Amino acid sequence: MKPEDHSTATDTGEAAVPFWHDAGKRSIVYQVFALIAVIAISYYLFSNTQANLARQSIATGFGFMGNEASFEIGESLIRYSAADSYARALLVGALNTLKVAFIGIILTTILGCIVGVARLSTNWLISKLAGAFIEVMQNIPILLQLFFWYAIFYESFPSPRQALNPITGVFICNRGLIFAIPEPHRAHAAMGLAFVAVLIGGWFLNRWGYKRQELTGQFLPAGKITLALAVFIPLLVWAVYGAPTAMNIPELRGFNFQGGLTVSPEFSALLIGLVLYTSAFVAEIVRAGIQSINRGQIEAAKAIALRPGQVLHLVILPQALRVIIPPLTSQMLNLTKNSSLAVAIGYADFVAVANTTINQTGQAIEGVALIMVVYLFFSLSTSIFMNWYNKRMALVER
Amino acid sequence: MAESTTVKRERLKPPITNVGVLGWLHTNLFNSWYNSLLTIVTLIVMAFLLPPAFQWAFVDSLWNSSAEACRDIDGACWSVIPNNIRFIILGFFPSGQEWRPILAMVLLLTLVVYSKERSRWKSSLLWLWAINLIIMGTLMYGGIFGMPVVETSQWSGLPLTFILSFFGMIVAYPLGILLALGRQSNMPAIKTLCVVYIELIRGVPLISLLFMSSVMFPLFLPEGVTIDKVLRALIAIILFTAAYIAEVVRGGLQAMPRGQYEAADSLGLNYSNTMRLIILPQALKIVIPPSVGILLSVFKDTSLVVIIALYDVLKTTMVTLSNPKWAGYSRESYIFLALLYFGFCYAMSSYSRKLEKELHTGH
Repeated sequence: MKPEDHSTATDTGEAAVPFWHDAGKRSIVYQVFALIAVIAISYYLFSNTQANLARQSIATGFGFMGNEASFEIGESLIRYSAADSYARALLVGALNTLKVAFIGIILTTILGCIVGVARLSTNWLISKLAGAFIEVMQNIPILLQLFFWYAIFYESFPSPRQALNPITGVFICNRGLIFAIPEPHRAHAAMGLAFVAVLIGGWFLNRWGYKRQELTGQFLPAGKITLALAVFIPLLVWAVYGAPTAMNIPELRGFNFQGGLTVSPEFSALLIGLVLYTSAFVAEIVRAGIQSINRGQIEAAKAIALRPGQVLHLVILPQALRVIIPPLTSQMLNLTKNSSLAVAIGYADFVAVANTTINQTGQAIEGVALIMVVYLFFSLSTSIFMNWYNKRMALVER
Repeated sequence: MAESTTVKRERLKPPITNVGVLGWLHTNLFNSWYNSLLTIVTLIVMAFLLPPAFQWAFVDSLWNSSAEACRDIDGACWSVIPNNIRFIILGFFPSGQEWRPILAMVLLLTLVVYSKERSRWKSSLLWLWAINLIIMGTLMYGGIFGMPVVETSQWSGLPLTFILSFFGMIVAYPLGILLALGRQSNMPAIKTLCVVYIELIRGVPLISLLFMSSVMFPLFLPEGVTIDKVLRALIAIILFTAAYIAEVVRGGLQAMPRGQYEAADSLGLNYSNTMRLIILPQALKIVIPPSVGILLSVFKDTSLVVIIALYDVLKTTMVTLSNPKWAGYSRESYIFLALLYFGFCYAMSSYSRKLEKELHTGH
């Protein structure tokens, strides 16, 4: 609604309208009042805070970031000790948040797609099981689920000495999940490089294949070729390096395991809880996306003799993804935000580290501000991506 | 078939595999080779998992025994619930006064059930809610009619969960509507303020607001003024929920056809009358189902107050489990709590779905 222009009245010779009857001027008055109110409230809160801080003699500012943190962090992706600074401790926390969010997003997408498709299955049993899974997971608070999984770990699993050993090299106990990993070797880095190289090559092959198909009509199974090469080439590299098979097998020493890779109970409980909870919402999104496609589309695709893979690839997915991706991203963002509940079960994510920092230094405002800025950064970068995606995917309407 | 055949027609029965139990099995479980395989594999997995779970939960379990008796069994010790039910549900509420929170909860749930019927959605219902909330508050706090005062620090358990979620939702709603109107406004300053607020709140986790309420709010107040912990958490929940409500209401406002605004303008209604009489009554009706969805997530999210050491129903359960006598029965307690939450949340989500279907009067 545009402010109506009452000034026309003056043109016809009538008396000028007073400013409080002029919608345009009135709106300026309203806005000025709103701004003054917001500024006044902010100033009031700010001056109170200043006075309180001065009385409690708490220094403001981020100077504390350089001080020695002097607390240990259970797990860290980078080298960290209690002698490092608060800044480094917070960085460790942020990386731990990213770690659980990254792995969680991948697993959630996979599980959510499986459950969403299962919900639509013509198999009664599978469909009902998927439905029950979705209802149960959506209707129980995530925090309760986290506590439940954590309780399973520390209460129901045995101590390291009686660790369960389902397959050779894998141990499950109340210290987490411990499994054997290959001994570090130069071959692994080379294999990783080869894998990435094949993927990049596959992308170019796919593009070339499309161009060729447009020119000659001949189809190139670029996907299958890439898949085969992605398995074969790294294996070849591995063999060239002399096929190292040495494994780093965990061993029971004293009260705990040495060697191998340990996934802590806190991380596992957080990951399981987040993945199960979020995948129920993702499943509903995937189901809605698939159901949004008109049956005629699939029939038309079959009628022009597309193979089932092509029907999926060229007709169903492009349309379903348009519906699925926006709510899916917001679920991924929810997963990242919910990962902040790690503080309740003792996984050292960003919020947990920031909370410890607040308790040790008393820098409440800075700590809370840091938490908010970090999560806002995640949210804003996601919404920038979403805007770009929506613009790219927007239907060109007549 | 226009021409009838002279052949004597035999009444053919449908194939046996298409009707009855067999038919159902055939169409629903064994309609193709991979579905048959899937069914069989699922049944085998269930056969492995369900009997031990059943054994644990029902056969080897104890339902109402002492803690000592539970040490000797392999199954579930459900006794942890009946033995601690008073503390789990009501927490630190003074003994002898239990009828007050129970009556408050019964009143609330009765009103919720009463409000489900759409024919009762009138303005009188709003008054009924307001009166009910005041009665609930009075019952909980006391101080009159000979009821001793119960400080909010003693409010705990399920009543606290209800108070945080329902009071939070009801206070946040008007705030959310204002924010939504502000966001749709054509005054740039007001619009910017609302957009910044909504996006800021929606971008951060609830827990950061709860931390803010517990560590920063005391700093905001002048010297000597304090607000209690429950109220601080409630304010955080209100501020958080309002932003989500604003987005839902905005959806309703955007769904209004332009003609409605123009018709109101041409009748000479001013902004507040346009909104009050024309736009909001219609827009709010559309957004009732998603609003129930928000109530559902607020109800689930109130469990986060555990982290700032408020004793909601999840925290009272954890306190019970920290008692050495009952330590180690987390699974049983959390399953009980999960059933409790599931009951309320499932009722809300299926009601929201039903409403959506009923209100969807379009094509």
